[in-house]
Amino acid sequence: MKSWRTVVLPPLLAIVFALVLSSIALLISGADPLRAFGTMGAQLFKGTTAVDTVNLATVYYIAGLAVAIGFQMNLFNIGVEGQYRFAAVVAAIVGGALRLPPVLHMLVILLVAVFAGAFYALLPAILKVTRGVSEVITTIMLNSIVFGIVAFLINPDQFGVLHGNNVATEEIDSSGWIPGIPLGGAGTLFGAVLLALLLGVGYWFMLNRTRFGFELKASGESPTAAAAGGVSAKKMTMTAMLLSGAVAGLIAMPELLGRDHEYAMTATQGYGFIGIAVALLGRNHPAGIALGALLWAFLDKSAVSLEQIQVPREIATIIQGTIVLSVVVAYEIVKRADLAAEQRRVGRAGRNGSPASVSEGGAV
Amino acid sequence: MTDPEPVVELSGITKRFPGVVANSDVHLSVRAGEVHAVCGENGAGKSTLMKILYGMQQPDEGTISINGEPVKLRNPQDAIKAGIGMVHQHFMLADNLTVKENVLLGAEALHGIGKKARSVLEGFAEQTGLHADLDLLVERLGVADRQRVEIVKVLYRGARIVILDEPTAVLVPQEVDALFETVREMQRQGFTFIFISHKLDEVRAIADSVTVIRRGTTVGTVDPKTVSSRELAEMMVGSALPSPETRESTVTERDILRVAGLRLDAEGTERALLKNISLTVHAGEVLGIAGVEGNGQTELVEAIMGMRKATSGSVELVDADGTVHDLTKLGTLARRETGIGYIAEDRTRHGLLLNQPLWSNRILGYQTRQPVSSGRLINRQAAREDTERIVEQYDVRTPSVDVPSGALSGGNQQKLIVGRELSGNPLLLIASHPTRGVDVGAQALIWEQIRTARREGLAVLLVSADLDELIGLSDTIRVMLRGELVSEADPATVTPTELGSAMTGAATEEDV
Repeated sequence: MKSWRTVVLPPLLAIVFALVLSSIALLISGADPLRAFGTMGAQLFKGTTAVDTVNLATVYYIAGLAVAIGFQMNLFNIGVEGQYRFAAVVAAIVGGALRLPPVLHMLVILLVAVFAGAFYALLPAILKVTRGVSEVITTIMLNSIVFGIVAFLINPDQFGVLHGNNVATEEIDSSGWIPGIPLGGAGTLFGAVLLALLLGVGYWFMLNRTRFGFELKASGESPTAAAAGGVSAKKMTMTAMLLSGAVAGLIAMPELLGRDHEYAMTATQGYGFIGIAVALLGRNHPAGIALGALLWAFLDKSAVSLEQIQVPREIATIIQGTIVLSVVVAYEIVKRADLAAEQRRVGRAGRNGSPASVSEGGAV
Repeated sequence: MTDPEPVVELSGITKRFPGVVANSDVHLSVRAGEVHAVCGENGAGKSTLMKILYGMQQPDEGTISINGEPVKLRNPQDAIKAGIGMVHQHFMLADNLTVKENVLLGAEALHGIGKKARSVLEGFAEQTGLHADLDLLVERLGVADRQRVEIVKVLYRGARIVILDEPTAVLVPQEVDALFETVREMQRQGFTFIFISHKLDEVRAIADSVTVIRRGTTVGTVDPKTVSSRELAEMMVGSALPSPETRESTVTERDILRVAGLRLDAEGTERALLKNISLTVHAGEVLGIAGVEGNGQTELVEAIMGMRKATSGSVELVDADGTVHDLTKLGTLARRETGIGYIAEDRTRHGLLLNQPLWSNRILGYQTRQPVSSGRLINRQAAREDTERIVEQYDVRTPSVDVPSGALSGGNQQKLIVGRELSGNPLLLIASHPTRGVDVGAQALIWEQIRTARREGLAVLLVSADLDELIGLSDTIRVMLRGELVSEADPATVTPTELGSAMTGAATEEDV
């Protein structure tokens, strides 16, 4: 039975703990924690920060979903980072080369990204299934390989174009863009927010309503019980890994199709790793991941304001790090507290305070 | 209890787990130099009690005294310091280390790792009858020698009180005799043994006194020489023994399961785990497979279920219309879909998702079938309703179907599984140790349900280590030895003793 305590309390505790810890850091550096947090909070309502936060959270959300799919199956897909960058560069090159009518162009690019992401996850999946090689190792290695691949593909000798000092892929025609949602002075929301929402709903539906989702959770929890129930662990590993890679392929799309329209050497990296943190924060739940992504993006975006009051913006990084660490700890603490409460409850159960006997469903 | 100074005294021990009271108000008093058996059914709470005595778990209530001194055992190190050693049922040895290394590992501080350690070790090896070369890798040793290594391990750490947790479960009869020799010899040297078992004949053969545990609490301590096995058994189950007897025969001529020439090799080798298995189960028949555990029963069941790929041979299932389904090449799910229900021998590993609610467990194995699934989509509502039906019909004691299955007691978990595997009217039920570790009430209910289904034409393949259950439920018994079906017995006439000797190969004695 999941009580509200097990669900809500841990992240709340974690955030409080993270705030306390970063307050200490702030005090050490001679700043006023309240003022710092106040400035960060107020920043949300200035300029385009709110919209920027949502836009960034969109990216983080997709990354979190990609990681969470792996987590459901007990796969630690660290390779989301490599998969999304590979997919981004391939999709940008294909998108830049194609001349297609609007909408179709965009869909083709998204499709290419999905397949490229899945393709980059294929090797770890095959190695895991056939040889039992840990996906952690293989995907970490593929993460470093992707640096070379991106640099190679963007090189002007291959598919790159030189813009002043920067090389990037050829710009995608406007027919391939995902149009933004203008909100006047507040900025422009990525159209891909809808894509992320769709993915979240799809993820929820898949997990809770489909046979595939059931099998995924079952083999994630107990491969042996799943096997006895007719679920092939190998097949599920393969599918989960590829699906995780496919979703990872979409991570760069909000920015690529909504803002940059080309993939440059200088494009932001590290979304894959943030995805891991966000998935942990959200406990693999679609809504939890959304909240985690928003919080993370907010901390990233509002950290800039700290410099106005002469506080190092790294304080935001400290908050982020402590939140992830403490959320893991907090879940464990609350879980144990619940367990103890359950024990006491069982202890009191039964007639006149005596423990329930075996015949009443009590014992081992 | 004439001796005023017990070496181990447990009083009022109570231990609760979520949803479970494993021990409640347990009293145990062991005198110096005796072999004290702790006896009880599977799941009665013996293991928990021993874990408490060995410091692996802390009691919620109660006190422990060693040599008259009250002690707090927070971890096994504390227990070792107090002179208690434990030989686990499942050996805790590193296969890729030698005998000496295994014993010394973690105890280097006692005698170092050099000559001195070796001579101490040799002394203990002599005492326990371990004749293997101390520099041999443990993986080369047989089961009996491994057990001796375990005993040497605890002696080396200074134990004077040795807990043997179901030591005979893995041994063949001759090895059991040898072990008992060793135990008696050591007893003369002043060691005290606590012997955990549910096998009454062994308890009577070795123990000086017996404490019976039932439903997590001590029933009493008796002298095994003054009580009969039957009296002991009734102490264990708490009432007159339930009878698994099947009254009238319902066997028909209609084949349901046909297995022919089944062979299964151990992975990557030519060593056969199963060879030349042929059997037929008819509608309305319970075919019992008897055998000492580890003689291929698990493999047979898993090969029929498709969880292991048979090397050769065929498996066929005939449905009510007489259509023959060749299962040989199918996967587990497809085999289940043709109408096989499967009660796995280890319910927590193979039968249940412990963190998932009961209704979700109802879906496992049925994720493609009505009513819980439409093939691709899961029907939660129907799954909940059908789980409620099972809870009702099979008397599963649970507050609701949203409880994670891990919170239920073993008996209730098993009732849920039996209910699940009998839903959708299967043609064949494969039941591995269906009542292992469940309480008497659940046992009677499970037997009754199997009997009812059999009367309606269900074919049952029953694997069990409980000879009374086998003889009582089966219409035909086949004996399995070293991966082969060696003989057949008629449950109407065979006695447990006869069956037991057939299982150990006494009839067909030969070298491996």
